[in-house]
Amino acid sequence: MTFLTYVISGISLGSVYAIIALGYTMVYGIAKMLNFAHGDVIMVGAYVCFFATSRFGLNPVIGVLLAMFVCTILGMVIERLAYKPLRQAPSLAVLITAIGISYFLQNAAQLLWTSNPKTYTSVVGNGALQLAGGQLPISYVTIVTIVACVAIMVGLTTFTSKTKMGKAMRACSEDKGAAQLMGINVNTTISVTFAIGSALAAIAGVLLCSAYPILTPTTGSMPGIKAFTAAVFGGIGSVPGAFLGGILLGIIEIFAKAYISTQLSDAIVFAVLIVVLLVKPTGLLGKPVSEKV
Amino acid sequence: MSMLKVENIDVFYGAIHAIKGISFEVNEGEIVTLIGANGAGKSTTLKTVSAMMRPKNGTITFLDKSLLNVAPHKIVSMGMAHCPEGRRIFQQMTVQENLEMGAYTRANSEVDDSIADIYARFPRLKERYKQIAGTLSGGEQQMLAMGRAMMSKPKLLMLDEPSMGLAPILVEEIFNIIQELNASGTTILLVEQNAQMALSIANRGYVLETGKISMDGPAKELLRDARVQKAYLGG
Repeated sequence: MTFLTYVISGISLGSVYAIIALGYTMVYGIAKMLNFAHGDVIMVGAYVCFFATSRFGLNPVIGVLLAMFVCTILGMVIERLAYKPLRQAPSLAVLITAIGISYFLQNAAQLLWTSNPKTYTSVVGNGALQLAGGQLPISYVTIVTIVACVAIMVGLTTFTSKTKMGKAMRACSEDKGAAQLMGINVNTTISVTFAIGSALAAIAGVLLCSAYPILTPTTGSMPGIKAFTAAVFGGIGSVPGAFLGGILLGIIEIFAKAYISTQLSDAIVFAVLIVVLLVKPTGLLGKPVSEKV
Repeated sequence: MSMLKVENIDVFYGAIHAIKGISFEVNEGEIVTLIGANGAGKSTTLKTVSAMMRPKNGTITFLDKSLLNVAPHKIVSMGMAHCPEGRRIFQQMTVQENLEMGAYTRANSEVDDSIADIYARFPRLKERYKQIAGTLSGGEQQMLAMGRAMMSKPKLLMLDEPSMGLAPILVEEIFNIIQELNASGTTILLVEQNAQMALSIANRGYVLETGKISMDGPAKELLRDARVQKAYLGG
């Protein structure tokens, strides 16, 4: 039973990573950049929901929606002000800018909300579903997290395969020049991608803090890096890859904590990434990129 | 009536002066071809017309409107489609999705009819409508690229090297289709290295040499011209 408990909490943690990784992978797929500020958008989302529910006593659902709204705007503003002017710049300049935005958000949060940790109240209550005669408790947060992740995955897949905007996003991720010749506004498409990724980051932030209820201005940075790892693990640019990478990473991390060492768990996670990339450099589901010469 | 008028454009790649003050025009209903060797500036010219690149000087007028300040993604809804060099179809999307992208600027209600039109013209695309475009043969990919460009119902269709990499029989098929499209009312601006084929279907032609127009005139005359024959027709 303990093994099953580990699997389930692994999937739950992995679901959070997967939701964050989707943001990384979509932005990478379309804008061909690594948005290292993505993890800090998670933190902002968590704070917004925290203040909405704990301070102003709003309904948790409204808290989540508010967090999504704020993060969507934040993501689009970051893209417009920081990344769009660098569309033609070398990728290193964009990367450094993204790291800069990341520190900016962390420090702004510290200034606004201090570095004192906030104790998070779970948005779904603290109860648990008792399975197998109470031997296999699954907390409501775990269930909601997994369900949310699957729903997001299904929703996103439907969006990119059925809607005009979703297809335009795929077209842009393949060939921006050709997409433009079709009359697709590439800037709008990139902006929408940031909006979706950031809204997902808000959900991830709330779910993460509901499961691990300590919130500080640096809360988003480690999950952000791990989700980035998950995206690379699954094959960056691939939506199913982000999902698979996230879930696997969560399970590996929980197993490493349970059976090997709590201190070494992060090291083990990254060691697995290194091994996977040595064997399959494009990640699990990534496609080899043929550079045009 | 002049549909597209390009006057004295200069285009640069960084410090390289790729297009040196060229002028040409395309009249409604014509097939006009730009021929020339590799690197003469043919593709650059098309890219500049469709606003993928901007000229440093000169003017580009399409249907009496200047294109110089029009955003690249707005060009297609003005009635111009550019089928680029190397086809650049969306390899990971299906045949049908590629066609849908071609109709991106049009109302959803009109798309199905247009797709049916394209399938009628290119039956092989219909057979493969669910197939991932990257798995099509070269000839099919060229048909898809042209079909995709036609999905916007353009008044002017610009084709960049449609014969590139195709077997002679397919080249012939593609050129027949170009003539059919023209006969059904689409004005064509055709860029080709296959000067023989291009001049044989065109009304008029321009010869581009290292960024300048060295000759122009009715296609039939260019075909007979000794200099053109020597330089481009292997004779």
